[in-house]
Amino acid sequence: MTGELHMLVCLKVVPKSEEVGVDRATNTLDRGNARSEINPPDMNALEAALALKDRYGGRVSLLSMGPPFVVPMLRVGLAMGADAAYLLSDRAFGGADTLATSLTLASAIRKIGDIDLVLCGEESSDGATAQVPPGIAAWLGIPQVTYAMDIELERGHILVTREIRGGEEVLDAPLPAVVSVKVSCNQPRFMDVEGMAGLDRDGTVTTWTAADLDVDVNHIGLAGSPTSVAGLREALQTVGRRREVVTGTPEQEAHILYERISEFVRSSSPRTQETST
Amino acid sequence: MIDPAYSPQAASGIWVFLEQDGNVLAPVSLELLGKARELSRQSGAELTGLLAGHNLDELAGRAASLDLDRVVYVSHPLLERFTAEAYAHATAEVILQQRPDIFLLGATPYGRDLAGRLAVMLRTGLTADCTDLALDPESGLLLGEVSGFGGGILATIKCEQHRPQMATVRPGVFAEVQSQRDTAAPVEKVEADVPASACPVAVVSRRQHAGVDVSRAERLVIAGAGVRGDMGTVEALARALDAEIGATRVAVDEGWAGREQQIGQTGVIARPKLAVVCGASGATQFTVGIEQAGLVIALNQDPEASIFEQADLCVVDDLFPVVRALVAEFESHNGGAK
Ligand SMILES: Cc1cc2nc3c(=O)[nH]c(=O)nc-3n(C[C@H](O)[C@H](O)[C@H](O)COP(=O)(O)OP(=O)(O)OC[C@H]3O[C@@H](n4cnc5c(N)ncnc54)[C@H](O)[C@@H]3O)c2cc1C
Ligand SMILES: Nc1ncnc2c1ncn2[C@@H]1O[C@H](COP(=O)(O)O)[C@@H](O)[C@H]1O
Repeated sequence: MTGELHMLVCLKVVPKSEEVGVDRATNTLDRGNARSEINPPDMNALEAALALKDRYGGRVSLLSMGPPFVVPMLRVGLAMGADAAYLLSDRAFGGADTLATSLTLASAIRKIGDIDLVLCGEESSDGATAQVPPGIAAWLGIPQVTYAMDIELERGHILVTREIRGGEEVLDAPLPAVVSVKVSCNQPRFMDVEGMAGLDRDGTVTTWTAADLDVDVNHIGLAGSPTSVAGLREALQTVGRRREVVTGTPEQEAHILYERISEFVRSSSPRTQETST
Repeated sequence: MIDPAYSPQAASGIWVFLEQDGNVLAPVSLELLGKARELSRQSGAELTGLLAGHNLDELAGRAASLDLDRVVYVSHPLLERFTAEAYAHATAEVILQQRPDIFLLGATPYGRDLAGRLAVMLRTGLTADCTDLALDPESGLLLGEVSGFGGGILATIKCEQHRPQMATVRPGVFAEVQSQRDTAAPVEKVEADVPASACPVAVVSRRQHAGVDVSRAERLVIAGAGVRGDMGTVEALARALDAEIGATRVAVDEGWAGREQQIGQTGVIARPKLAVVCGASGATQFTVGIEQAGLVIALNQDPEASIFEQADLCVVDDLFPVVRALVAEFESHNGGAK
């Protein structure tokens, strides 16, 4: 690591989950009037970067691949304390799966240059799940640490406490590295009054198209995506549930529940027999 | 399109990554084997389990008695502990040599870590976090069903030209493989070539809670924000029902339950026979975690709470007096019966 710490946060703008449906006529996603937001876990990634900046100094850049309407949301990130923002926006990027998305983001990270730490959210709420951060790391040929709860910096290394199955581990990785942070590992800050003033400033978000990146157009967007959607439907979430309402005094309700569930408890095998592999 | 590492014509066989930890196979790997066996029966493809690690001869032997056709065991001292970089390096090497058609992994922290890195190294497609797998009857392609937007939308994803077709599946989605082989399947041990430069990350320490695996619990009592930190009441009910305790994210964030107890999109998909959900509002990110449950009981004082759309028995009431009365009822019946 030379000079000051340079962190880059990948922010994805997603439609609010609860406002998206399926257009039954065409079987395509109906984003209709769904409002957009920064993928909530990415706000935890941004907070992690800003907290590291508060402690160790350095600067924070923001990177997003998405449509032009993402610009104001990147400005919010600048107002919160980030120093620069880049938007990758081009029709050619559209329809990308994880392979193409991570390649596009990695190409931009190369172009920005001199980045010590790339921070991502643990997963995006609108589909692809948790694969972009390892993908970016693989394209850049640098280490990855996912599901980070806590990041400490130590002379060109990071010590990261991360979640694993049934516990946690501490990893020591050399920089540069990609880290994805666990949703809710911190409380994203509010932007301050000074920051709000910064919101009207324009020209702070650099927009790049595919032509600005050193990448083969056949390797990005829909054209560069090995996976494709074979079908789409809305999940029938209420299937099978009886939705029977139980009423009465608490004691009466408890009695009805008892009648209905005691069989589950009595018929159960003793727990000691449950698992032996 | 980026060039595939190898073509569909050159590819064959279904492979399952056998995730292990301290000489024990992850339950999700056994779940995947069951489903993979079903697919291999349909297509006639050979079913291979891929084990990576060090000094795992004994585990490889045990794996060979599972319902699969072959075990490939990649061994190297630097694979002793999981790191994404070293595991991806070693597995990529074997995959490029043996060219599987389909490669399946569990969507655990390690499985997702490995899959995301490996897919890019192999320049192939990855369908992450599948809720179901099938083979297209016409093309024979792997179809992975995934849910997006907090579970509201289901999409089927395929990967036509690139191999292997990779997918990860959440723990708890499939039932564990039950059948065993009478005679052990052949084990092929591969000494991997892992240079030190391929493992830049060191594991400094690890801590695992011996405790609960809520994805396998038969009965669950789930604490939401509505329990307001009163875990004693929840625990009493769990004892009465001989159940494990799960929690919503809010309850976990508040510190009332451990991270490993979180149910839902970023937690565990549970498939208990009985789930009693106490004081949860029913956000889709939570309810995807109990969709596979048998009987769901919801207690919430807000009649408008969306949890009631996902429940079989709906108790619109303050949860505390109801839970206490229910515990008392179980205690009075058990008094004589035990
Ligand atoms: C990317 C992402 C991933 C997420 N992943 C998950 C996940 O995996 N799991 C998860 O759980 N959440 C997840 N969430 C959060 C989720 O959206 C909800 O915020 C969360 O599930 C709400 O938890 P809750 O129901 O306990 O709390 P609340 O929404 O606050 O609900 C509490 C409920 O308790 C009721 N209540 C209060 N007091 C009483 C009482 N005395 N008696 C009866 N009822 C009472 C209230 O009426 C209310 O309905 C995720 C969110 C995001 C953005
Ligand atoms: N289009 C994008 N622009 C910027 N960052 C992204 C984009 N897609 C994914 N990411 C980052 O990768 C993380 C994981 O995304 P995913 O693999 O899609 O679940 C997100 O939380 C973001 O930090």
